[in-house]
Amino acid sequence: MTTVTKQTELVGGVDALSIRMYRQMVAIRLFEERVNDLYTRALMPGLAHLYIGEEAVAVGVCEALNRTDYITSTHRGHGHCLAKGAAPNLMFAELLGKEVGYCKGKGGSMHIADPATGNLGANAIVGGGAGIATGAAFSSKYLGTKQVAVCFFGEGALGQGVLYEEMNLAQLWKLPVIFACENNLYNEYTHCSESTAGEMLARPKAFGIAAEAVDGQDVRAVYAAAMSLVERARKGDGPGFLLLNTYRYRGHHVGDIAREYYRPKHEEQYWTSERDPITLHGVWLVAQGVIDQAGLDRIQSEVAAEMDAAMEFGIKAPYPDPARVGEDVYA
Amino acid sequence: MPETAVKVRELTFGEAIREGLAEEMRRDPRIVLLGEDVAEAGTTFKVLKGLVEEFGTSRIVDTPISEPGFTGLGVGAAMTGLRPIVDIMFGDFLALVMDQVVNQAAKVHYMSGGAWKVPMVIRATMGATRRSAAQHSQSLHAWPSHVPGLKVAIPSTPYDAKGLLKTAIRDDNPVVFFEDKISYTKVKGPVPEGDYTIPFGVADIKREGRDITLVGTSSMVQVALGAAAMLEEIGVSAEVVDPRTTWPLDEKTLIESAKKTSRAIVIDEGSFRYGVTGEIASVIAEGAFYDLDGPVRRIGAMHVPIPFSPPLEDATVPTERDVFEMARKMCNK
Repeated sequence: MTTVTKQTELVGGVDALSIRMYRQMVAIRLFEERVNDLYTRALMPGLAHLYIGEEAVAVGVCEALNRTDYITSTHRGHGHCLAKGAAPNLMFAELLGKEVGYCKGKGGSMHIADPATGNLGANAIVGGGAGIATGAAFSSKYLGTKQVAVCFFGEGALGQGVLYEEMNLAQLWKLPVIFACENNLYNEYTHCSESTAGEMLARPKAFGIAAEAVDGQDVRAVYAAAMSLVERARKGDGPGFLLLNTYRYRGHHVGDIAREYYRPKHEEQYWTSERDPITLHGVWLVAQGVIDQAGLDRIQSEVAAEMDAAMEFGIKAPYPDPARVGEDVYA
Repeated sequence: MPETAVKVRELTFGEAIREGLAEEMRRDPRIVLLGEDVAEAGTTFKVLKGLVEEFGTSRIVDTPISEPGFTGLGVGAAMTGLRPIVDIMFGDFLALVMDQVVNQAAKVHYMSGGAWKVPMVIRATMGATRRSAAQHSQSLHAWPSHVPGLKVAIPSTPYDAKGLLKTAIRDDNPVVFFEDKISYTKVKGPVPEGDYTIPFGVADIKREGRDITLVGTSSMVQVALGAAAMLEEIGVSAEVVDPRTTWPLDEKTLIESAKKTSRAIVIDEGSFRYGVTGEIASVIAEGAFYDLDGPVRRIGAMHVPIPFSPPLEDATVPTERDVFEMARKMCNK
């Protein structure tokens, strides 16, 4: 039996956690492959920014959180939402602009939000979640709820001034917020070395924020680093900063296919063949005797079936009635 | 039991705002106020003087000079159980926080399909003639009024300021609340003790009249009232209407007043171009066209950056004389 749910963690311990992280990464990968498929078949309107290659980051961080903890996400946010517990069928429905989607079809791919899983929303302004996550941490401290907020952002957001204002406020007031910087090396179509002066980690350190660089392809390393900063923040010791070194396998968005002008094919080849987070974790699970290859294959096929069903749900769901366009402008 | 009479005092505009804030903060512990020098200093205008002594520094929170930072933090705090009020010392600094206000606060509720709410108030000042030059004098209330998802209040009297502020704080949406700097100390009026609210989207007729409608906002209500007094001396009866909120906008009262008087001038301290006067004039023109004697006229600030030198600055702001002259001509007097 390889189906692992949150419940089995209590009896399964570390092994169950490790298998669940594998399963969650597979879920994100297979979700995104279907998004790519929908998009290229012209079934999905708008923009699609795929998280493929970065799965260990969202999963490792979100496994260190409670359901009631908060996250803010980005334009490349499907992975964060799924890792935090979002239902793939309601996500597909939203991506396709359907009434039953997470945002009633009003948000789409870049704005999935879900109060039930503490997801304050994906944000299509680069660095746009920084204030919201820090504010959620402010509420947690003020109300004494012990919730932690994680602000996911790409290394491109290191160019946004408001991020530093929030880091300053967070450290000044010892707020339980984790700044999770996903360094996938590319600000859209520009290598981060062309946009980022100095050392990335020197920036949070200048505020005295506990900061750590992690191999973002190693889900167990991400989990361990996140856990330590999250627990520290929860105790009231202030914010943390994770620099998660990872790689975006695909283009900035689905339509970004000819990429040689900004990054070489052999670089992509290296990451996909040598540094794939799902492969690496699967090899480790088998080597540890936690599960065998057949078990991993079974997880893959179970998740594929779930994702197919979720996608079908989204495709079949009805569009919203245009008469409802004016609803939800005001609470 | 005999009804206890509500005591009414003469308060300044600034005192009414402070009283409204204090009463709301006593009522609801989820309210926190964030801004630059809001605590011991009580803001540069001293409007918040004394609040930190009562509510402490956990609720009256001095921030670094980081308007986007503390406004963005306010958005997140509003989404997660608090009811923050952020203080934008000079309304000109709204330019710094527009992403947080326009792309975040205003859109969170809609983008999430109604899943999240942002019950916050962004208090900002407005108004020229303090010789503060181009970056400390603007009246930018047209900007948030243009953005769906925001509500915008622009009180003109102490009574309205207190009642509208309470409504703003209790609203589950982001509200931008504009306070005229000159009015803080110069405008006085009766304010009842204790609790009362004024609903958004309800204009107030500040003075009744028959011959011409003067629509004034914020500081321009006093200008309109001054002009109305001058017009009375030449036998023109002017009605002064204060919309009190630019969004929601009480179109009905504006249109009905113009239908009654058959003439209308809209006076606002924001720049004349692409602003509040244009919107209100078109509402009146569309709604009262067949009852109007002529086009709806507008008086706003000159479309120039606000200058420093007193005679230059004074030339940019609408005056009682400007309104009087225009109204007189429209009434053929």
